Amino acid sequence: MNWIDIGHIDDIPERGARLVKTHAGCVAVFRTASDEVFAASDRCPHKGGPLSEGIVHGNKVTCPLHNWVFSLETGEAQGADEGVIATYPIRVDGGRLFLDITELAARSAA
Amino acid sequence: MTEKLVVIGAGMASGRMLEHLFDANPDAYDVTLFNAEPRGNYNRLMLSPVLSGDKTYDEIVTHDDDWYAANGVTCRFGERVLGIDRERKMVVGEKGEVAYDKLVFGTGSNPFIIPLPGHDLDGVIPYRDLEDTEAMMQLGDKPGAKAVVIGGGLLGLEAAAGMAARGVDVTVVHIMGHLMERQLDEAAGYLLRKSLTDKGITVLCQANSKEIVGENGRVKALMLDDGTELPCDLLVMAVGIRPNIALAQDTGLATGKGIHVDDQMVTSDPSIFALGECVEHNGAIFGLVAPLYDQAKVLAKTLLGEEATFVNKEVSTKLKVTGCDLFSAGDFAEAANREDIVFRDPARGVYKRLVLEGNRIVGAVMYGDTGDGAWFYNHIKDGTDVAEMRDTLIFGPAFQGGATADPLAAVAALPDDAEICGCNGVCKGTIVQAIEAGAGDLAAVRATTKASNSCGTCTGLVEQVLAATLGDDFQMPTAQPMCGCTDHTHEDVRRLIKSQELKSQPAVWQELGWKTVNGCHVCRPAVNFYLLADWPLDYMDDPQSRFVNERNHANIQKDGTYSVMPRMWGGMTDANELRAIADAADKYGAVVKVTGGQRIDLLGVKKEDLPAIWRDLNAAGMVSGHAYSKGLRTVKTCVGSEWCRFGTQDSTGLGIKLEKLLWGSWTPHKVKLGVSGCPRNCAEATCKDVGVVCVDSGYQISVAGAAGMEVKETEALVAVKTEDEVLEWVTAFIQLYRERAKYLDRPYKWVAKVGLDWVKDKLADAVTRADLVERFEISQSVYRTDPWAAEVAKSERYAPLANLMLEAAE
Repeated sequence: MNWIDIGHIDDIPERGARLVKTHAGCVAVFRTASDEVFAASDRCPHKGGPLSEGIVHGNKVTCPLHNWVFSLETGEAQGADEGVIATYPIRVDGGRLFLDITELAARSAA
Repeated sequence: MTEKLVVIGAGMASGRMLEHLFDANPDAYDVTLFNAEPRGNYNRLMLSPVLSGDKTYDEIVTHDDDWYAANGVTCRFGERVLGIDRERKMVVGEKGEVAYDKLVFGTGSNPFIIPLPGHDLDGVIPYRDLEDTEAMMQLGDKPGAKAVVIGGGLLGLEAAAGMAARGVDVTVVHIMGHLMERQLDEAAGYLLRKSLTDKGITVLCQANSKEIVGENGRVKALMLDDGTELPCDLLVMAVGIRPNIALAQDTGLATGKGIHVDDQMVTSDPSIFALGECVEHNGAIFGLVAPLYDQAKVLAKTLLGEEATFVNKEVSTKLKVTGCDLFSAGDFAEAANREDIVFRDPARGVYKRLVLEGNRIVGAVMYGDTGDGAWFYNHIKDGTDVAEMRDTLIFGPAFQGGATADPLAAVAALPDDAEICGCNGVCKGTIVQAIEAGAGDLAAVRATTKASNSCGTCTGLVEQVLAATLGDDFQMPTAQPMCGCTDHTHEDVRRLIKSQELKSQPAVWQELGWKTVNGCHVCRPAVNFYLLADWPLDYMDDPQSRFVNERNHANIQKDGTYSVMPRMWGGMTDANELRAIADAADKYGAVVKVTGGQRIDLLGVKKEDLPAIWRDLNAAGMVSGHAYSKGLRTVKTCVGSEWCRFGTQDSTGLGIKLEKLLWGSWTPHKVKLGVSGCPRNCAEATCKDVGVVCVDSGYQISVAGAAGMEVKETEALVAVKTEDEVLEWVTAFIQLYRERAKYLDRPYKWVAKVGLDWVKDKLADAVTRADLVERFEISQSVYRTDPWAAEVAKSERYAPLANLMLEAAE
């Protein structure tokens, strides 16, 4: 476990996302309307669209390129689309956000 | 005395040529025919059926001994030609000389052998003649025999399939990404590979051969450069052919890739001719049989002193590989200005793809069902305008019944496995099942199958499937709910937002019974627009309900960079602005593009650089050009009476006034204007959402044009006398559009729905017009502002939240 402070929850717009650059690729950190925070791969498995630029609705995000919708909880594509994005553990502590970069590297390598 | 004709090579081309010659004049020549193979003419194309056992050699002989005897041909088969003495006009064979008056080269081609280490081992063969075929046939007699074929083109695959049919364990090694890449696209190549795999053939693509391994002088295995070793008893190289020009070179004839011939098939020596795979004509060499037969016809006439000209026509390839029908013609590479029409039927293994440029077919690839190939090929050759039959084009001529062509019949006739929605790969059967399980309308079909849920171009097809399945129970829908989050239509939602005074998103979700927490990517941008259009002072625009371009005030490009376009009022700029643009292009590494709307676009800007480039452009006095918005884009103008000798009014000045009035306003979809200074209409105003054409007596305002997916001329709204009236009418029209139209309907679509007369009635009333203008001004008190300046203050939002690349990975 190696939790790295990546910023404050208020740095992310509600129903929005920000990008974190990592050795394992770009990670999108989402904040929902109910202030839940999720971390997932920024790359849509369909055509590589940047998911951090998508519209966040409920606990889902819609890819800005071709409207694939992903659950931020499971990473799975919704509806009839098939695909999955990697999701990563993220911790909120007093408003600060922490990503486990050990886990990040491990999951990306898998 | 009869002239002497010597022909070297008894191939398909020379055989056909002799037939034409004897048909026309059996007594013209005394013919001697040399052939290095110990036999006469046979149909080389039919070697594959011989290999697979479907035919015998005797069945593929085209000219037998009787034919040669009847036509008085002296046959010197199995005898090589050693040289030609052009001075004495003498062919020197292994068994003696023959004099000629006319000489024909039909020496064909040699298979190309890759000079891999070990290529000269026993058991390494090409696939060219009957001997090669027999070697492969014999392998089938040996239990557990293995063969490797290098080359995934037509010949290689036929060799592989033929040996596999005889029980040989065959592996095909192909260097390219898919099989038969010259004739097939990737999808068809995939289907072909699948069918070969089903026949037990192993196919390796993108495989590089490194070395042929031998034992006691005989092939044992093929080594690939990734270290894979493929054991084999026979290795067949089928990687292409080269014109056989050695004898011609020795003879001193002009050669390049092949023996040079003119349009009459004459070589550089007027007594010597050539045809077939050994020739080069206008830089082209030949491998398919159709042009060779044309050459045979031409040469026969030339030899008889008649006029004939060989023309190398574009050919289509219709092939049967291992029982799979293939067809390809024209050019089927992807390009920006090309569109595909694709039909797939996975169960039958059918794939058809037409490549269109504008309304013309430029290429076709078909797999599995090639019955319509010739018909498509004709349209490619003729450059037929296929706009009229585009809807049913892919179904072929059977569905092109002129006026009776009925798309519904075509859809009804489709098999269940036919793909309807290409984006999401949904076939007809899936849709029909969903309908039978209760999905009675388009929305339900979308929700359950995803068909027509992406680009939407198949919506009509899906509705036709609904109609065909439900029959009279189905009514083509008039009103669709906004999306799966609600049962209300766009029109309902607009009406209820006003009548119930809903002024926030949560109010809409709650009061209108939304089924989701906070909408989705379909409804939220629409609701955001309706709220800000109706309650400009109460509702604050929500960037998180906007698509990426509007949220980032720039257009995202396919590589994730953005394009930045500063506003140039009425298309006017000056040296200072251009300098600032040039500096910005240098500083941020942008590519510069002049747009169709008289603006300059800076492409390739990184997201994190956006605030900085905006700040630089702001400093030079420029503001956002809103090239990304569902809002006012550009007002295109001509130079008008200020400069032009034909100009009737100051079109540039009016354009600038309109743009300064309207900029920053959000609209249901983008809005483009044009102002032309005279009816010559250089600003192309009559295909814009709003067009103004200046005339001596004043201004003609027309609306609802389009020049995108659809092209449509504007329709006259009103003619007015003064600039102020133009500003009033245009503002009123745009405000009416903002208040009434469905999100993502361009003005021409909205006007088509409500009717131009209704729009005219509304705007003709001076009080209504004034109210509309007033409401527009209230809205503009909030939105007539430069978003770039505001965003520069929030520049940290454009940078990554964190960069862990700097952290040590553990």
